[in-house]
Amino acid sequence: MKFGIPVYPGSNCDRDVGWVIEKVLGHEAVYLWHKERDLKGVDCVIIPGGFSYGDYLRAGAMAKLSPITEEICEFAERGGLVMGICNGFQILLEAGLLPGAMLPNKTLSFICKFVYLKIENTDTPFTNLYKRGEVVRIPIAHAEGNYTCPEETLKEIEENGQVVLRYCSPEGVVSEEFNPNGSLNNIAGICNKRGNVFGLMPHPERASESILGSTDGLKMFRSIVEGVVKA
Amino acid sequence: MASFFVKVFITYRKGILDPQGVAVEKAAHQLGFTSVKNVRVGKYVTMEIEAETEEEVKREIEEMAKRFLVNPVIEEYSYEIERAEG
Repeated sequence: MKFGIPVYPGSNCDRDVGWVIEKVLGHEAVYLWHKERDLKGVDCVIIPGGFSYGDYLRAGAMAKLSPITEEICEFAERGGLVMGICNGFQILLEAGLLPGAMLPNKTLSFICKFVYLKIENTDTPFTNLYKRGEVVRIPIAHAEGNYTCPEETLKEIEENGQVVLRYCSPEGVVSEEFNPNGSLNNIAGICNKRGNVFGLMPHPERASESILGSTDGLKMFRSIVEGVVKA
Repeated sequence: MASFFVKVFITYRKGILDPQGVAVEKAAHQLGFTSVKNVRVGKYVTMEIEAETEEEVKREIEEMAKRFLVNPVIEEYSYEIERAEG
């Protein structure tokens, strides 16, 4: 299958995602420059992490105005699979493809470390190979991952099962103690109501080869392939 | 056409925890400014806009705020307009 990876000025995880797609999974990856409008017939878009436009104004606020982002929004509206990792998640929030917004981490520091995550919903194209409640170990690397949204939105996404990942202990206990950045309800990743758009702060591409210390993220990419190939 | 100086003030909405504000408040207290409370850190944007009327300037600012300048989930804003002399 064919993955599209948009590249904005300041993206810095684009090649890492491309590496996993091509070298680890053996699928095709094409890079989509932010000024382009052609999605090149991809089956899935993965917006990579980094600091698009230097995080000017707000993380993701500039990237949402890029021509490629407009195309990605239309692609998502048609049901296309879109996953945003870290800055990619921030872009999806700014573009309105996912509800809510990011605040600076409660610690005010850039946090770069492995965290444990609980897979809360496996009924998505991005998590279908995991077991519900499974705990995975994947690194985060961000300064603004403190997810927030209005109370009624929180109620809605919780009820709809749109919370896909939560920060937790190695044993799967979800509590404030294991919340690295202050995000509401320990939210680390959410999807839209339809389930075709998924954003997460952790970097699964940095946990897809044993040499990197974890392969727990690989199933996320495999899940996408599984869904597309079966369909 | 006239030139207008515009100041836009962007702050976190009430009820949104502002981690920077909290840190600044703690620092103020540490330095002995113990009466300081409710510190909020925001953004201050200045710009010049060419327009016929102040109404037109308001429309421009509000449209910009809606399109990208402000994230309404977490932020609110206010602005001041001053007509440039000459």
